[in-house]
Amino acid sequence: MASSVDRTKGTYVMLSGNHAVSNAVRLSRVQVVSAYPITPQTPIVEKISEFVSSGELKARFIPAESEHSVLAAVSGASSVGARTFTATSRQGLMYMEEVVHWIGRGMLPMVMAVVDALIGAPPDNWTEQDSSLYQRDTGWMIFYCETNQEVFDTIIQAFRITEKMSVPVMVCLDGSYLSHTSEPVLVPDIALVDKYLPGRKDAIVADPKKPHRLFGPAMSQEFNAKLRRRTHEALETAAEFRKTADREFESIFGRSYDDIECYKTEDAETIVVAMSTVAGTSRFVVDRLRESGQKVGLVKVRMFRPFPGNRLVEALKNAKKVAVIDRNLSYGHGGILCMELKASLYNEKKRPTVFGYVAGICGVPITPELIMQIIADTNAKETPEEELIWMGIGKSEKVKAV
Amino acid sequence: MRKLKQFNTQIASEEHISPGVMACPGCGGVLAMRLILKVLGKDVIVTTCPSCNSGFAQNYTVPSVHAPFAAVASWASGIRAGLDMLGDTKTTVLAVAGDGGTFDIGIQALSAAIERNENFIFVCYDNEAYMTTGIQRSSATPLGAWTATTPVANPKGENKKRIMDIMAAHRIPYAASASIGYPEDLIYKVKRAMQIRGTRFLHVLSPCPIGWRCSQDLSVKLSRMAVESKIFPLFEIVNGLRYKVQRPQHEIPVSEYLRLQGRFSHLDAKSIDKIQHITDREWRRLLAKESTATIK
Repeated sequence: MASSVDRTKGTYVMLSGNHAVSNAVRLSRVQVVSAYPITPQTPIVEKISEFVSSGELKARFIPAESEHSVLAAVSGASSVGARTFTATSRQGLMYMEEVVHWIGRGMLPMVMAVVDALIGAPPDNWTEQDSSLYQRDTGWMIFYCETNQEVFDTIIQAFRITEKMSVPVMVCLDGSYLSHTSEPVLVPDIALVDKYLPGRKDAIVADPKKPHRLFGPAMSQEFNAKLRRRTHEALETAAEFRKTADREFESIFGRSYDDIECYKTEDAETIVVAMSTVAGTSRFVVDRLRESGQKVGLVKVRMFRPFPGNRLVEALKNAKKVAVIDRNLSYGHGGILCMELKASLYNEKKRPTVFGYVAGICGVPITPELIMQIIADTNAKETPEEELIWMGIGKSEKVKAV
Repeated sequence: MRKLKQFNTQIASEEHISPGVMACPGCGGVLAMRLILKVLGKDVIVTTCPSCNSGFAQNYTVPSVHAPFAAVASWASGIRAGLDMLGDTKTTVLAVAGDGGTFDIGIQALSAAIERNENFIFVCYDNEAYMTTGIQRSSATPLGAWTATTPVANPKGENKKRIMDIMAAHRIPYAASASIGYPEDLIYKVKRAMQIRGTRFLHVLSPCPIGWRCSQDLSVKLSRMAVESKIFPLFEIVNGLRYKVQRPQHEIPVSEYLRLQGRFSHLDAKSIDKIQHITDREWRRLLAKESTATIK
């Protein structure tokens, strides 16, 4: 297959992360799009509206009155077999929540881009991953992207996976750092994308010729429980298919992505675990520290659901210490990636000491210097003094009772 | 009844609800849906939301999709868009909600869908309270009614929300009130709705013997009495401006309608007089609208 395809059929274009999403949606020939304005997502749907208006994308754009309706509208379109897309951010994702669960558990194919930004109160636009990580129990497949090219490619891969596996897919990109920052993105010829996305072939859609009842209540407890198990196992199967989808993608486009990515970890004694743009900055820091002889590596987590626990255990088994950087927080516990990683490691006889850092929430910059401080802190201590180590925002002022 | 001759209002023999329906005896909602589905035929996709209809839609032999409560009109918009993009502009899309899914939690999505003039039919089967969850008041519950959240000592103190006025304010292409007590009229209105493009709204009063505290064999009779007492007038609105109101052939005071229902049994003469007064006032207002602009 690869030999007959000309990978040079494409153009490098300077695209913001948001417009990388819009262009991937255009090339994927999405048929129904619905969205509601919310910063920092809005440029995605503005651009898609332009594509629909100009005829570059033959789709129906439904300007619904709220995010709850947005996700219901794309779900309606998906339930009859159309290729559907939506995008949102923070409060919008919170407002969608009921429908996110509905179609995650109900296994309806669709792709949603989530531009990560903080949840109110207070309602600001800076990046953090609380809103999308909060979706981890919904039955959606969830990816985090490091670069705008990865955003672009992951959207296209997401359509392949969702339409083959009937599992909805969420593609997350950091607000500001990706959404509003332009990078060169190789935009391929649409013929290549057509080749990659054969279209939907669902067993069950709402169709008068083959009438079914979708998502109806009043079934037995056991039947419902079996559906739940099916939703869970479908995610596992989707993760398997993701590898196939990636191989197909590589043969056509020449780029490849994994669930996790190990960077200079082979002999690393300390490994940083991070997601999204934090992984990008960490990669830079690992290179600098390697120059000075430090045995440091990086594991980037790209797929968060289903959680690649076994892969992470394997990747970290020879490290002495692991520093997890979470740009998110589960209040009353700690960083979410760190919690999930610790759970995966718990039953291992040989496991590294895990340090959990919460940094960069509310869009506080995670600079190379901050990551160097994190690695130095990990190296300096035998074990973490606290479960949750705050970085980059100074000393804590103890909260007093009112 | 002149207009009925324009349409074949005979009731089709084919059923689109299979036997074994989980509705209560005397359910007005299932009777309404039975008639409506007979008119729409097989080429339809129904979308439902939490309501008693969630249960009996399990027996629909036409395809149906259950949507979240607040979003049935949005889900229907998506179905329509999806079908259109797949090249199917023929299949009818039908959204079904109870009064809660229409008057209360669903009104935002419904209002937006009408504003976009989405091409589907929305049926509100109105049993005047949250019946599935055990008879709690909705904004469709009439003045003075008992419900589980408006106890006899403090019955509903507000008027029923005037949903048809809200529809008219949207300048919706077609809105009609209908009744299971007048099946030919109901069939006519569904057929008329099918001939119009854009959002179409049918408001069907659907007695609930359990919630209305009445005998199970009174659903059809009460539906007729609601029309005869002018508590629930039958009328059509085209483009939100032109009206056609049906005058009941036989008129009754509201007291006759109210006294058959346990949910009103606590009302004293003064309260009933108040309801009569409001009913008369609204009827005059409705006729005034019709006299301003009548459907030809």
